[in-house]
Amino acid sequence: MPGRDLGQASACEPWDAERAAGIIAGHARREGATLPILHALQETFGYVDAEAVPLIAEALNLSRAEIHGCLTFYHDFRSEPAGRHIVKLCRAEACQAVGADALHAEVLARYDVAWHGTSRDGQVTVEPVFCLGLCACGPAALVDGEPVGRLDLDTLADALTERAA
Amino acid sequence: MSITLYLPKDAASLALGADRVAKALGRAAAARGLDVTLVRTGSRGLLWLEPLLEVATPAGRIAYGPVRPGDIESLLDAGLAEGGAHRLRIGRPEEHPYLARQQRLTFGRCGIVDPASVEDYRAHGGYRGLEAALAAGPAGIVEAVKSSGLRGRGGAGFPTGIKWNTVMLAAADQKYVVCNADEGDSGTFADRMLMEGDPLTLIEGMTIAAVAVGATRGYIYCRSEYPHAFAALNTAIAAAERAGTLGADVMGSGRAFHLEARLGAGAYICGEETSLLESLEGKRGIVRAKPPIPALKGLFGQPTLVNNVLSFAAVPWILEHGGPAYAAYGMGRSLGTLPIQLAGNVRRGGLIETAFGLTLREVIEEIGGGTASGRPVRAVQVGGPLGAYFPESLFDTPLDYEAFAAKKGLLGHGGIVVFDDTVDLARQARFAFEFCAAESCGKCTPCRIGAVRGLETIDKVIAGESPRENLALVTDLCEVMTDGSLCAMGGLTPVPVMSALTHFPEDFSGRGARLPLAAE
Repeated sequence: MPGRDLGQASACEPWDAERAAGIIAGHARREGATLPILHALQETFGYVDAEAVPLIAEALNLSRAEIHGCLTFYHDFRSEPAGRHIVKLCRAEACQAVGADALHAEVLARYDVAWHGTSRDGQVTVEPVFCLGLCACGPAALVDGEPVGRLDLDTLADALTERAA
Repeated sequence: MSITLYLPKDAASLALGADRVAKALGRAAAARGLDVTLVRTGSRGLLWLEPLLEVATPAGRIAYGPVRPGDIESLLDAGLAEGGAHRLRIGRPEEHPYLARQQRLTFGRCGIVDPASVEDYRAHGGYRGLEAALAAGPAGIVEAVKSSGLRGRGGAGFPTGIKWNTVMLAAADQKYVVCNADEGDSGTFADRMLMEGDPLTLIEGMTIAAVAVGATRGYIYCRSEYPHAFAALNTAIAAAERAGTLGADVMGSGRAFHLEARLGAGAYICGEETSLLESLEGKRGIVRAKPPIPALKGLFGQPTLVNNVLSFAAVPWILEHGGPAYAAYGMGRSLGTLPIQLAGNVRRGGLIETAFGLTLREVIEEIGGGTASGRPVRAVQVGGPLGAYFPESLFDTPLDYEAFAAKKGLLGHGGIVVFDDTVDLARQARFAFEFCAAESCGKCTPCRIGAVRGLETIDKVIAGESPRENLALVTDLCEVMTDGSLCAMGGLTPVPVMSALTHFPEDFSGRGARLPLAAE
């Protein structure tokens, strides 16, 4: 399954340029290969290392600026590793209507992070997301890619425990 | 004795614990020595009843919900296998008032079939549309879509048949069919439900489109916020290829159609069709100026048919039953059915597919049962983050493209988000600018700069700093964004802002700095 940001960050491999070049070569012949390549790299390494940019540019015969521009345009791609677990909290209107803003303030305080930040113990990275399509059972989140509805601090803690097990 | 049970693996059902229910069921069945077949379906869309467990009985399927893992033992004790009495028993789902008043054309199979099974799909009427399409040929298909009155379900409401005709008539060696599955509007989840619960209907619709316009390649651009939908699409595409209904020789017709699902990367703007095409080409998702229209010069410069998930998914029914049968539903120039998504602070949220023309009040009060919090409804936002906030005085507006436009709103993708009386519309207006600032592609100035300036100015209003002058500035800015933006992102951001200002002026005046702002 290409490009699914589902795995726990801890399952990722350390950055390896040779391994990255192999992944890039595997996708390079696809039409418009940039996004599939970036997804595949992030799935393997947990982020897209800056060293990947010239490798992709060369493989696709594009400029480094084009690849850098693409990498930085999309909210999904990270330039450094995330925490062990990734919590994506929906900030869109349907979740706001059931108290998401107040909950998010609590979550950020509980894990002592700002948006996109990782807790000091490296366990949890909290990211904002706009709509998970769980609009009738909000507040909603994706915890390591698995959906959680009617979220509160307890259900979030439970989901994290379940993912760690 | 063998029992067949059905349990959704729709993301919303999973979010409410469906996998834990499945595990509990597996354990209990093993302990009791029961022979249980568990089919994982999509959701029927009665989301307050999820996880909804169904059992096959001689009298049809009997449903129970919402089921928690701790309910399994008592359900089995109560004779679940025979559809026995239990406090969670719903009865036959199709007789439930929520479903009984619906007209399910596009979603007819969703929640019923195994989404990964071509056999099950065929057993429930699948591929009759494609068979009819292959017999009718390109011009016949386009005529059927034209006569159905189908308008793009992505939001803009452009007549689908006209778009198909343009691509059909374009001359090129390579044409593409692209599905815009980047439904990023808050309050909408119909695309996700269909892709997870009945992806073969979308694939069949795209295959019919490919036959009509002469395309041999296609892409489904699926947003990354929907990882389960993306997985379901890949499974269904592989199944269709194995069954020979997709690939080098579609149903033995000699026509090829190769389809691939591509994953977006978290950019709302890629739901705009030209941004989506740029993204598919491997670039930043920046809006293209039109003309040329994608129908003539789209993906990789080739004629490309771009439609939304629900537009393609409506087509198999239209080809099977004929255009006029579809056009018999609806009102005015809004024909056929609209999958309405009822969400936010609402008691009975879910998917409601019915002919255009229900009023907002009927949907919110009669079907939805009012707010989940039990407090009065104060506002609803229809049509996603770029849609208007309507007050109670507009609740008799029928769900119809033109009726909504007449009230300075938009129907968009059919999402309805309910807010109770604790909502602060100044804060919602602020969010509209904040969202636009975060998600603007940056190509045109009104959207790129206007959203940031709008956010700053609304903050001044909220802080009580010259509110009258600053609101005049917001209004002026909204006019510039409406008239000067290149696409709907900047062009429609003023809709939520101005509707909040027009209908809820009391939230913008004279309250000083008491509003807490969202955590940054």
